[in-house]
Amino acid sequence: MTEFFAMGGYAFYVWGAYGVTALIIVIEVLAVRARRRAALDEAQLTTPDNLSAATGGNL
Amino acid sequence: MASLNWFRYSSPAKFYPVAGKMIPWFGGSAAVLAAIGVWIGLGIAPTDFQQGEAYRIIFIHVPTAWMSMFIYLVMAAWSALALGFNTRLSAMMAQALAPTGALMTFIALWTGSLWGRPTWGTYWAWDARMTSELILLFLYLGVIALRNAIDDARRADRACAVLSLVGAINVPIIYFSVKWWNTLHQGSSVSLSAAPKMAATMLTGMLIMAFAAWFYAIAIALFRVRAIILERERGAAWVHELAEVKSS
Repeated sequence: MTEFFAMGGYAFYVWGAYGVTALIIVIEVLAVRARRRAALDEAQLTTPDNLSAATGGNL
Repeated sequence: MASLNWFRYSSPAKFYPVAGKMIPWFGGSAAVLAAIGVWIGLGIAPTDFQQGEAYRIIFIHVPTAWMSMFIYLVMAAWSALALGFNTRLSAMMAQALAPTGALMTFIALWTGSLWGRPTWGTYWAWDARMTSELILLFLYLGVIALRNAIDDARRADRACAVLSLVGAINVPIIYFSVKWWNTLHQGSSVSLSAAPKMAATMLTGMLIMAFAAWFYAIAIALFRVRAIILERERGAAWVHELAEVKSS
């Protein structure tokens, strides 16, 4: 197991490549999830166009 | 032959639920393929007789470098459709692809740098392939920055589409750079016309990782385009009919 993690002396390069890639994917998924959450919140606070047109925008 | 209405799903309202159904399939396939690919890449594939274990970076580097170019071409194609047909969804798809393209480009550069140090003795050189790939990163960042700089979404769509299309010239330059200029970066690892230069296990692992990257890019782009549709269509009546908008 130690031998596996040592990567024949190239641990820094190999794990640096795999680790940062995994981190970026996790961050991207969390960022898009947060964006969707924010967009849903924003949509709820927005008056639908059909209602706003019916009331002349006074809703 | 029954006529198929290709424009049916070109409306954001129609596409939003379809995209939602597709995400788990593409995301799930990407996760399974990535698990198999990493298992082959780190566990099964033999040690390279010249590079030792350092070559294992290839399983991330080559697929993400392919995707960085491919996503750009797809983004440019959606941009062309957006300009030609003035379709909102095409522009939204282009908008959704830019951040993922930028990240794929960054990963390709990052892993290439970590691979270059032990094999070439340097993290970076102003080699033709590396420089044109760096320009690709700046093109993606430029498209994202341009969109953020323009308040009106429809004007931003057109400006970003023009920039994306002009920048597409860089993709063949990246691809052929290793043939046109004899600088540091090596030639293609995989060719359809020549016998494979690498062991079958290595090639298999790399192709599986390429499919994983492809499916991941589709899944995350669909996920992001749904958020973009909600952002841009938040005044539309259909958005307010959605269960997730009503309930939360």
